[in-house]
Amino acid sequence: MDLRLPIGIIFTLYGFILIGYGLFTKGSEIYTRSLGINVNIIWGIVLLIFGLVMYYFAKRGKNV
Amino acid sequence: MLNSFFVPFIASVSGSGGGSMGSGLQFDLELVDWVILSIYLVFVIGIGFALKRQSKTAEDFLLSGRSIPGWITGLAFISANLGAQELIGMAASGSEYGIMTSHFYWVGAIPAMVFLGIFMMPMYYGSKAKSVPEYLKMRYDERTRVFNSVSFAFMTIFSSGISMHALADLLTTLVGWNYYGWLVVTSVIVLAYVLKGGLSSAIYNEVLQFFMIVFGIAPLSYLALKNVGGWDGLVAKLQASPLGDGAIHSWAQTATGDNPMGVPWYGIIFGLGFVLSFGYWTTNFAEVQRALAANSMGAARRTPIVGAIPKMLFPAIVILPGMIAYALTLEGASTGYAIPAKLDANGVAMLDSAGRAIMNYNQVLPSMILHYFPNGLLGLALTALMASFMSGMAANVTAFNTVWTYDLYSQMTGGKKTDRQLLSMAKIATIGGIILAMGCALIAAKYNNIMAILQLVFGFVNAPLFATFLMGMFTKRSNNAGAFWGLLIGTGTAVVFHGLSWVTGNEPGVKGAWIAPVFEYPKDLSQSFMVAIVAFSVTFIINAGLSFTSGRNKTDEELAGLVYSLTPKQLSGHEIWIMRPAVLGTIVMIAVIILNIIFW
Repeated sequence: MDLRLPIGIIFTLYGFILIGYGLFTKGSEIYTRSLGINVNIIWGIVLLIFGLVMYYFAKRGKNV
Repeated sequence: MLNSFFVPFIASVSGSGGGSMGSGLQFDLELVDWVILSIYLVFVIGIGFALKRQSKTAEDFLLSGRSIPGWITGLAFISANLGAQELIGMAASGSEYGIMTSHFYWVGAIPAMVFLGIFMMPMYYGSKAKSVPEYLKMRYDERTRVFNSVSFAFMTIFSSGISMHALADLLTTLVGWNYYGWLVVTSVIVLAYVLKGGLSSAIYNEVLQFFMIVFGIAPLSYLALKNVGGWDGLVAKLQASPLGDGAIHSWAQTATGDNPMGVPWYGIIFGLGFVLSFGYWTTNFAEVQRALAANSMGAARRTPIVGAIPKMLFPAIVILPGMIAYALTLEGASTGYAIPAKLDANGVAMLDSAGRAIMNYNQVLPSMILHYFPNGLLGLALTALMASFMSGMAANVTAFNTVWTYDLYSQMTGGKKTDRQLLSMAKIATIGGIILAMGCALIAAKYNNIMAILQLVFGFVNAPLFATFLMGMFTKRSNNAGAFWGLLIGTGTAVVFHGLSWVTGNEPGVKGAWIAPVFEYPKDLSQSFMVAIVAFSVTFIINAGLSFTSGRNKTDEELAGLVYSLTPKQLSGHEIWIMRPAVLGTIVMIAVIILNIIFW
């Protein structure tokens, strides 16, 4: 099993979930905790990029 | 000091273990958080099932058939250590000791990991030993192996118990429900994926858990640092606090023991940096086992060195939030955050002699997460906490079942075992080990600082073992009698010395001085370091003394591949130069020296 595949998938999923939830709760008072920053969208983008990079390398080849 | 915002944060992460329903430290989880947690659990168990083909024989189940790539074993090496002591304990220490906590990384981990990879792995991996005790049998004899197997099995179960207790207690506090319920549920999940996919499953999951932990906790440093006014704001606030300059310098205040840790520089270097650190990282089979599962000698040697790279950077995500929590608490009510207070039996905040609330440092990390993370990120952080405890627990379980099966069961019952017998014993040991650890979880509830008790146990077991390995791997003269008696008397000395030493203000009992209060130390850590130093020295002297007064038991031929000078140098011609263990290790060491200088 190429471990990069499940890691890529799980973080891509997490990325979409956080971005989606962040958009859905935009302007919500839950962000007073995080100093008014919608960290769900920002961190969701980070996780999405990481997930897709892992997924890409898992699909591209076996050079580990 | 107490203000209205403070009071709701009352709970006990390391409390009685009886749970604390209705506490103010409860995460108000939404559907999104549960979805995030559920996805993780599905993946963890899914990885176990996906690897079930790789656990058909005892060899595969317990040793992964030496088939795993180096980057995976490297991250698993670090993740295996990311258990109870790491996240909660290091954030707690960040509050209590400030930046001196970095010594646990830059002095107390990296040098030992690099040393293991460059100098010791050629013998560990090259000897084809299945476990650390089996190496001792090859280098010395059966009795040293049995002694080490038994003490290791004990220590592993104990460490797992601490992990399980901490996780169950934490989940009860944060999410609610029931302490015993969480204890059983989390154990069953670990049991499921270890039973299904064996060591491979534990290692692959450790890598997933590593990324979960990093991505789940890292945003905390960013938000907290922004809140406290950046690094400069943090430094100014800490300088004004009772910890003073000691909180922002790792070495500058260590000329004497008059610093937050209560340990002078030679205690840090010799006690933590040499004895405890090398003892833990180079002889603890739960760590070494990850490297032994690597698919080549090069990958095995790189395992701890690859692991050292993220390890070096971990202070930024675990110690930093702890330091900020302390600064915000001391600044007062206007910050809106305070470290929860310790409570007495009636649920009233305990006060020190100056009338300040005594801080419950173990709650620093969860209370900071609750303070800064909105739903969504909150679920990710909760998942990270769960992942961290599971990785530590699974590492211990997989090390325990291997030592039990190969070093204790096979030897005690004598004679050759079929692979089928070994495999079924390995599975029984996996289940039995988890049940025993659950018993230890209840014992762990008695200690107030997880880190200190872990250090204490390592001091009993690992320091004498490290002295034995140092003699065994690097001298040909060290013989069987020296090894066995050194280890036995050294470990006994550690226990006795613990019984004679105590920490100012502690009652005699489980924390020391249960024989007589003879040696007094200012902090738990200084006592632990001293126990380790004494145990190491006694073992070393006895091993050397007996070895040089009586003859050798093994010839050079018998010791080939087991002693450094009799092991062929590793040729690594096919690797690109930067991947050579010595080169990579040197780069890591230079980086860690630079970090020490920056935070001097």
